[in-house]
Amino acid sequence: MLGQEIKKLVVYTIFLTIIILPMLGFTGGAEFQAKRAFVVLGVGVALLVLNLIVKVIRSHRPLPEHDQPSITERIADRLHQIPKIFTIGPLLLAAVIFPLVANNYMIDVGITCLIYVCLGLGLNIVVGLCGLLDLGYIAFYAVGAYSYSLLNLTYGFSFWAALPIGVVLGMICGCIIGYPTLKMRGDYLAIVTLGFGEIIRLVLNNWDDLTAGPNGLFGMKRPPLYYPAFEEGGLEMVTYYLTSLPGLFYFILVIVILTTIGVNRLDKSRIGRAWIAIREDEVAAELSGVPTTWIKLLAYAMGAGFASIAGAFFAAKLSYVNPNFFLFMESCIVLCIVVLGGIGSIPGIIIAGFILIAVPEVFRELEGFRMLAFGAIMTTMMIIRPEGLIPASRRKRELHHRRDEAERGSK
Amino acid sequence: MDLSAFILQQMVNAFFLGSIYALIALGYTMVYGIIELINFAHGELFTAGAFIGVIVLTGLQQIGWVETHFVLTLFIVFGLAMAYVAVLGVAVEHVAYRPLRNASRLSALLSALGMSIFLSNGMMLSQGVSDRAYPQVFGLESIDFLGAKISHSQVFIIVLAFLLMVALQFFVHRTRLGKAMRATAQNRTIARMLGINIDQTIRITFMIGPALGAAAGVMVGLYYGAVRFDMGFIFMIKAFAAAILGGIGSIPGAVLGGLIIGGIEVAWAAFLPSAWKDVTTFTVLILVLYFKPSGLLGESEADLRV
Amino acid sequence: MKQDYGDNILSLEDIHTYYENIHALKGITCTIPQGSIVCLIGANGAGKTTTLLTISGVESARRGRILFEGREIEKLPPEKIAALGIAQSPEGRQIFSRMSVLENLEMGAYLRKDKEGIQKDMEWVFSLFPVLKDRHRQMGGTLSGGEQQMLAIGRALMQQPKLLLLDEPSLGLAPKIIEKIFETIQEINKNGMTIFLVEQNAHMALTTSDIGYVMETGRIVLEDDASALLENEEVQKAYLGE
Repeated sequence: MLGQEIKKLVVYTIFLTIIILPMLGFTGGAEFQAKRAFVVLGVGVALLVLNLIVKVIRSHRPLPEHDQPSITERIADRLHQIPKIFTIGPLLLAAVIFPLVANNYMIDVGITCLIYVCLGLGLNIVVGLCGLLDLGYIAFYAVGAYSYSLLNLTYGFSFWAALPIGVVLGMICGCIIGYPTLKMRGDYLAIVTLGFGEIIRLVLNNWDDLTAGPNGLFGMKRPPLYYPAFEEGGLEMVTYYLTSLPGLFYFILVIVILTTIGVNRLDKSRIGRAWIAIREDEVAAELSGVPTTWIKLLAYAMGAGFASIAGAFFAAKLSYVNPNFFLFMESCIVLCIVVLGGIGSIPGIIIAGFILIAVPEVFRELEGFRMLAFGAIMTTMMIIRPEGLIPASRRKRELHHRRDEAERGSK
Repeated sequence: MDLSAFILQQMVNAFFLGSIYALIALGYTMVYGIIELINFAHGELFTAGAFIGVIVLTGLQQIGWVETHFVLTLFIVFGLAMAYVAVLGVAVEHVAYRPLRNASRLSALLSALGMSIFLSNGMMLSQGVSDRAYPQVFGLESIDFLGAKISHSQVFIIVLAFLLMVALQFFVHRTRLGKAMRATAQNRTIARMLGINIDQTIRITFMIGPALGAAAGVMVGLYYGAVRFDMGFIFMIKAFAAAILGGIGSIPGAVLGGLIIGGIEVAWAAFLPSAWKDVTTFTVLILVLYFKPSGLLGESEADLRV
Repeated sequence: MKQDYGDNILSLEDIHTYYENIHALKGITCTIPQGSIVCLIGANGAGKTTTLLTISGVESARRGRILFEGREIEKLPPEKIAALGIAQSPEGRQIFSRMSVLENLEMGAYLRKDKEGIQKDMEWVFSLFPVLKDRHRQMGGTLSGGEQQMLAIGRALMQQPKLLLLDEPSLGLAPKIIEKIFETIQEINKNGMTIFLVEQNAHMALTTSDIGYVMETGRIVLEDDASALLENEEVQKAYLGE
């Protein structure tokens, strides 16, 4: 066995050499940039050797029984048994205290994390619960952002007045994008949603009259809060615009909390179960009476709705929108959050959102490697842990089981 | 120029563009035919080919071969680019697709997407964010063809694309491995029972398909004069539309689809502002996927499975 | 009991195969002597096809052994089993519909390197099934059911197998064609080929075979000389419609 593994290692090294050396060795002129190329090659080979060592160690350990839950599962089960108060409580407390102790930069990062968490939770409805690979999800985010911007700048709508309109617009877009995909298989669905996402972005970019194109829109008012106060005449409503970062942080925190509760409710509701049924086996769901058409459209609409809310907040907070904020790459980032956290897993997505947004901020110098890492994470997660960091439910174990059975069957 | 010459010119351009799209589409269709998965990373393989092409070409230019050994230079450039991407294609299959062969479709798609992101960013980091210029090797003269102009590079590209497609057709229909590929695509279980090594067959598909994409990449670089790390994206969309339009899994379909997409693009560009060109591309793609997912030459039931 | 037919080319020992979680084969034990025709009859869903698929390696047995020429093959993948000399004409024919008759036969000979031998075998297949020769350029998908069955058998023969597995060769075919096919099966057997065939058409199967096994819901319930089974009352009632 070892001999075979070593042979494989040699072959892999040769492949890595052929792939890495030309691409990393030659940029600009025709001189060979040995240092960079060999460093990367070295890292690659080191990883391969590490992989080999891990494999060898694993092969000497006794195989676990089929139905023995893994360590992470046992921890997750234990956590589920603790009353929610003790797990969520401290987290909420930390979130509330955070803006009081952190500096502005950190709060800003926190706000961004929460926005992405909101997006992740929304995308989770479409991809996670219903199994529809929506690659154009960021378009709904854009719809929410631009609706608020246009309504606020052109017609003076306040945030609270524009928000429902933005959500409705988002949901309509969700239905429009979802409708053609209803009868499509997974791959085509993904491409169509990607296409729609890009179309929306390109329209926003090119329709100068409406959206000021690539220049973007700026000057939107921040989200307002109203509170009664005593003025000369008597009781009056005072408008207070949230311009401070801690204020905005709490605002988005509330949104995220509400979204979490909302998504959780949906998950447990009949609609949620219908979505999961469709994800597992659409034909069977159809046969058992699930009105797949409506339910799928509903998934798109709800996912889009949450994205619109996040978008409106984003536009209000930043006071500036630009089509370049809504590239396909952003859809991929949100997707990566869902994948890393665990498809269908609310706690997983929340944690993954923070990891994927906050960590790159900490390691600012490695900014260029951010997307590279995201791509690697997506592929790696699918291969070694498709259920994500925090699996949605025990059923996720079946993902591994199904694959192992099939592997054994097809040798 | 008069109307007939204008139309002829557009047709020439459409044919030229279509050949390139056809080459890329062939890569998609071959891979899809055999493992029923959209190779999201195909656009990046195409780009990688273009990059290797410019690297090799720049090197050969520096030693003066472009003047002295013109044909040989081109041969080496294309050969090395295609060989490199063949290796890369096998690696991508092994890393991102093979482990998920029995997993759900969603998992495989996400893995493919991750690979695409990884590769495009890898190229961005290694080759830079801005355009990389392709050395001018073809000169600017063009041939006059009944009133239309075809540049030398266009002629070369069309001829080469044609030769590659003929070679592919020969391979797929006349060689043992090529027939094994077709058999595997049609009925994998039976192919195994006949002794065909599926892993090897898939590997070969991932060598040939991406290699054709790489050739297209070099062609694009030679013609448009530049290559960028993210140029794969829009070409991927167009080639994918072409593959679907022609019937996914069908080699003649990919060629036909490529030509049609090229035609649509040229016709559109002649009449509409270029800013909306990409919107048109995506719209065409969506229309094709919605109205005719089985394509013109494809099987009708295969694609309506959900 | 059974006559002695000599050495077994294939034997299954207590084979258990599962489909998802369904226990499809519950301890199948049978032997196939070299040079004989053995049939496995039983109702729909009894597990006959599963048995053949397990032998060919497409399904893997969870328990039990399969010995082919003395060698354990139950853990081998289909490609290796084909290379060892087991060929199957599968359920539903499953010829390559977008390849010509000739190409289908060529695919049968995929693992072979002896050009002359392949040519000879192809001519032999054409002599067995002249209609295939007439249609050798036609696409497999355009053939009739009977022609496809002949093509499937021909393709399996092109593998030059030591053991030929036939899954329901009579299914969906007209009586005349069924007769022709079973005549051909006997002719192939006269040339020394060992044949294991699975059939719903018990009468045809038992009259052609030397040995018969009767299968019911994953178990073998009867085994005897085929001629004896033809006379067997239970078999007559259940499968021969008498």
